[in-house]
Amino acid sequence: MAQRLRVRYAKRGRLRFTSHRDISRAVERAVRRADVPVAFSAGFSPHPRISYVGAAAPTGVASEAEYLEIGVTRECDPDRFRAALDASLPHGLDVLDVVEAGAGSLADRLECSAWEIRLPEADPTLARVAVERFITTERVEVERLTKKGPRRFDAREAVLSLEVIEGTETTAGQASSQPCVILRMVVRHATPAVRPDDVLTGLRLVADFAPPVPPEVTRLAQGPLDVRTGKPADPFDLDRDSTRGGETEPVGQYVGGDL
Amino acid sequence: MSVESLFPRLEALLPKVQKPIQYVGGELNSTVKDWDETTVRWALMYPDAYEVGLPNQGVQILYEILNEMPETLAERTYAVWPDLEALMRSEGVPQFTVDAHRPVRAFDVFGLSFSTELGYTNMLTALDLAGIPLEAADRGEDDPIVLAGGHAAFNPEPVADFLDAAVLGDGEQIAIAITEVIREWKAEGSPGGRDELLMRLAESGGVYVPKFYDVDYHADGRIQRVAPNRSGVPWRVHKHTVMDLDEWPYPKKPLVPLAETVHERFSVEIFRGCTRGCRFCQAGMITRPVRERSITTIGDMVEAGVKASGFNEVGLLSLSSADHSEIGEVAKGLADRYEGTNTSLSLPSTRVDAFNIDLANEFSRNGRRSGLTFAPEGGSERMRKVINKMVTEEDLIRTVTTAYTQGWRQVKLYFMCGLPTEEDADVLGIADLAKKVIKAGREATGSRDVRCTVSIGGFVPKPHTPFQWAAQADHETVDRRLKALKDALRGDREYGRAIGLRYHDGKPSIVEGMLSRGDRRVGKVIRAVWEGGGRFDGWSEHFSYQRWMEAAAEAGVDVDWYTTREREENEILPWDHLDAGLDREWLWQDWQDAVNDVEVEDCRWTPCYDCGVCPTMGTEIQIGPTGKKLLPLTVV
Repeated sequence: MAQRLRVRYAKRGRLRFTSHRDISRAVERAVRRADVPVAFSAGFSPHPRISYVGAAAPTGVASEAEYLEIGVTRECDPDRFRAALDASLPHGLDVLDVVEAGAGSLADRLECSAWEIRLPEADPTLARVAVERFITTERVEVERLTKKGPRRFDAREAVLSLEVIEGTETTAGQASSQPCVILRMVVRHATPAVRPDDVLTGLRLVADFAPPVPPEVTRLAQGPLDVRTGKPADPFDLDRDSTRGGETEPVGQYVGGDL
Repeated sequence: MSVESLFPRLEALLPKVQKPIQYVGGELNSTVKDWDETTVRWALMYPDAYEVGLPNQGVQILYEILNEMPETLAERTYAVWPDLEALMRSEGVPQFTVDAHRPVRAFDVFGLSFSTELGYTNMLTALDLAGIPLEAADRGEDDPIVLAGGHAAFNPEPVADFLDAAVLGDGEQIAIAITEVIREWKAEGSPGGRDELLMRLAESGGVYVPKFYDVDYHADGRIQRVAPNRSGVPWRVHKHTVMDLDEWPYPKKPLVPLAETVHERFSVEIFRGCTRGCRFCQAGMITRPVRERSITTIGDMVEAGVKASGFNEVGLLSLSSADHSEIGEVAKGLADRYEGTNTSLSLPSTRVDAFNIDLANEFSRNGRRSGLTFAPEGGSERMRKVINKMVTEEDLIRTVTTAYTQGWRQVKLYFMCGLPTEEDADVLGIADLAKKVIKAGREATGSRDVRCTVSIGGFVPKPHTPFQWAAQADHETVDRRLKALKDALRGDREYGRAIGLRYHDGKPSIVEGMLSRGDRRVGKVIRAVWEGGGRFDGWSEHFSYQRWMEAAAEAGVDVDWYTTREREENEILPWDHLDAGLDREWLWQDWQDAVNDVEVEDCRWTPCYDCGVCPTMGTEIQIGPTGKKLLPLTVV
């Protein structure tokens, strides 16, 4: 393996209905079509060295910030790699950013996610009341069906911020732009993961607030929590710093150039 | 008139259903054409779930060929699962295509490909969701022509009431011909309405229009006569045969789904037809003669298909792939080309001989030797003579032992239960055979690490085969024999643990038998089952034997009469007016030979035995060798 590349990709539009397994098959095939020199594991049944970092956005949830790492057998230019993989993937699975992996684990940097929840036809006043009540409540116990059966956990503490804004509805395929309630929130990654639907469940529990039509959810960003903004920073910042000039340097070390 | 996309309305339902991605479309290599720039539009359906229907070769081939035609559009639709069906009903969303999410009712043709009869109820769901009347007689000028193809369409009589038309045989050329008939008729302003269109299609002799034929019955229920009810309609409708597969190298651009499907590979049909003459095999009988694709076309298709799809497995399809005249060269050439690329090759390997193992070794050159499959089909020497599967016990044991000594640890053996003239001892013979195989394998390898799995299917007599006259075994008999077999294997201390057994109970085969050899009177059973909630009959968790039996009883249809009754030579069979090319006298003679344990050779390597297909259809056997080789791929 000559190089490890870190990839940020988006899951958009109708392709938000792909599951994590669907995406991993699609990426494997796209890599083959693009003739990317992907490395394979050794052994009896070799697998391409592609690993998905962080918790995948659930099926039905769009995302602007999913991450994977891919090992290649010869050095690749990240920008050309990005263009080639993007062209090979179906429209709606879009490759946004590629960097050469620096030191340190990418997974460790994905501390929190920023989410957007669009609620067409929802009442903005009720939404504000519900959000206010959610924020001022210390613990909001929700139950979700996990692979191990129903599980109860607190959906409140992991929510670092939650706000209501108003925008227009942009559901794919719909020409009309109705006013629409939008929730924006930053959630710390925890175990079990608090997902946007858990927060919606919480809003229903604390204020009986229930959206009339299925919400449209998008993950906007993932990364280390930037304490100044209260939002996730770009997790690739460290890679860009440490690999400047094409050479891997110890993480955090300033390697010159004007900043 | 333009047609709006149903997607926004569908999209609101998708978060509430299982595996929503299957309804979204957008597969790599799929096509969306401008509705208004086309004049003839096909909605193609494989009447099962997306995961089964998407990989279907027939649909993919027609989809590509039709979309390559100017002014012609083809989109696909599949059976929706009950969760989405319920939501579509409550929200008023009609059956849609996955390509551009257009309503199926807006198309000119609604074409269904039936590989099996168990898709009939799914057709009714789709028609109903589409807003198309279930019965052809109730359809109006705005409804599409509902057209069936595929192997089950060689006897479309049980669904005759629901179909406007059916075609027999290879679809490539007839789909184009039908398109042109429709285009011309529409260009003329659709004179005479759908009736005239159907008449134009029927007159050609290549399209069966059930409503132009009347069926009369004897008092005892047998068919008295099937006759055209208007002039110009031919007495018999013939199957279609594509000659020269090299001229039809489809699919060129295989559909690559996002959803997981049952076959995750690029498949190339290496030949069509089979003349091994297995008497139970409808596919082998109705697809004659053998037409090979040449080694060079196979190589080109594999190369282009792998590039266009990114699949990491290539399957070489046919009814008996090891029989391609240059299969050795094909296997070696492809294995050389893809060595070290993580592209694996697969061959549905069922032929029982050592050559097959050589091929399997070639194909597993850089992979694992996990399992090999052989299909002796019959458990005793006599049974194999009846079905014309020319494999001796000695052949089988030698072949399997060779496989074990060459590193294959797991061998799967396919058999059938309920074959004509079968007795309990024939089925118990399967246990003896399996034990002998393990015994020989242990001796040859010096290891106890050899296994075999016995897999058993229930035999269903099919139209256009020598067994079309045979009595189907009742399910009690089949279940009794399977239980005896199971006891014989499980109870064996020495070999029982090395032998696995897979089988299904005999009930679904009875329903399949009624649908396979049924006539128009069976249609009301299908409808009643569907109305009672019957869906996805090919899925054991959805299939209900009781529902079928109750519906048949209520409709006054005697299931035994259609299944376990042996037919006389002169009885008019429901499909006799549909011509697969096989000479009826030859089929009868072959049936008599079967009962008398007389075998028949393959006409590729021995003189013609007059099955009738080639002279009737104006076709001929097309086989190599061409003497050509596959060259290494040049690295770009």
